[in-house]
Amino acid sequence: MIKGLVAVFLAAILTENYVLAKFLGICPFLGVSKKLNTAVGMSAAVTFVMVLSTAVTYPIYMYLLVPAGLDYLQTIVFILVIAGLVQLVEIVLKKYIPALYNSLGIYLPLITTNCAVLGVTMLVIEKSGEGYGFGHALINAFGAGIGFLLAMVMFAGVRGRLETADIPKSLKGLPITLVAASLVSLSFLGFAGLVDNMLGLG
Amino acid sequence: MACKGYLKEVTKGIIKENPVLTLVLGTCPTLAVTTTASNAIGMGLAATIVLIGSNAVVSALRNVIPDKVRIPAYITIIATFVTIVQMIVKAFAPAIDESLGIFLPLIVVNCIILGRAEMFASKNPVVPSMLDGLGMGIGFTAALLLMGSIRELLGAGTWFGMEIIPALNIVIFLLPPGGFFVFGMLIALANKLNGGKTAKNAGGCAACPMKGNCTVLGKGDKLDD
Repeated sequence: MIKGLVAVFLAAILTENYVLAKFLGICPFLGVSKKLNTAVGMSAAVTFVMVLSTAVTYPIYMYLLVPAGLDYLQTIVFILVIAGLVQLVEIVLKKYIPALYNSLGIYLPLITTNCAVLGVTMLVIEKSGEGYGFGHALINAFGAGIGFLLAMVMFAGVRGRLETADIPKSLKGLPITLVAASLVSLSFLGFAGLVDNMLGLG
Repeated sequence: MACKGYLKEVTKGIIKENPVLTLVLGTCPTLAVTTTASNAIGMGLAATIVLIGSNAVVSALRNVIPDKVRIPAYITIIATFVTIVQMIVKAFAPAIDESLGIFLPLIVVNCIILGRAEMFASKNPVVPSMLDGLGMGIGFTAALLLMGSIRELLGAGTWFGMEIIPALNIVIFLLPPGGFFVFGMLIALANKLNGGKTAKNAGGCAACPMKGNCTVLGKGDKLDD
């Protein structure tokens, strides 16, 4: 049981990294990764919303939509729940924890349209079944957030180096950033099979 | 004259304001589903249908939707069309549904669609909005097809499943790093052909929720919204 949870957690961070292996959340990955502190702030906010929205959408799907035969409404319901949750979190943080709001607040509105969040909530539904329950779903969401953080932080470091590099004119800006992202994601390919081997599940 | 104007709405999305290569919107599906040319076409068509439908409805309701709740309203409209397309694809093209997987429902959060609703459909009548959706959809499909063709050809030596160059088998192009690399090279090419104007064409940025923090644009480039 514990082994399974650890495997799900590590897989979500390394082998199934949402940004570098699944191509989810590319916009914030490319857009907000230039400075380390904004990269960390954004990732923290994403992790928070991922766990929270999985905690809400999973029960809604399992105990409301499926028994009522409305599972085809998944897309509409999930995006509205995420949009509502983000708004709610923003209001609550602003009122009760202003310090946290000041550090995460500016990133919250960006998250509604972050496909990684909607992606996580839908993928855990897809995976759910025998031996993959609510606990696994939450751990997966948390791991996905940490994986996002890892990718963002690593990439912020790489982009720092690009600042001072001499780059051909046509490649300046986005193209060279994408080539750098290609190399970072290449390094993540090295993790393939790591989790199963480490925990003796393979 | 009117006819010419309509044609312009369609053609601008294909080259001058290509959503993928010059506005750099919708990067996630562009990278994820372009491992084969047929996947690219499937994704492009699905997004085009959603774009035309949501642009039409948003435009028809543009005077009814209050300004404050417009984004949630647009998202609901878009999600409705995505659900319809999802059901159609599941029923008639299950193979496409299988290979697009999660990226079919994720059309909901594709910035191209929300971007066009916000930038164009909310300010223009129904017919031009639908044509704008059609043009942007064709542009999106064309860019995806280009990427899908390059990756499939280099990675598997095939095109639409037909064997073209059996000797080519550079698997890395089918993996995530290849996706990033090919996309980077295509944007560099578009930059070169446009004379470096790409990043300054920030029309898509006005609608992007990340414009305040985004650093994709170079330091000298201003957001002209």
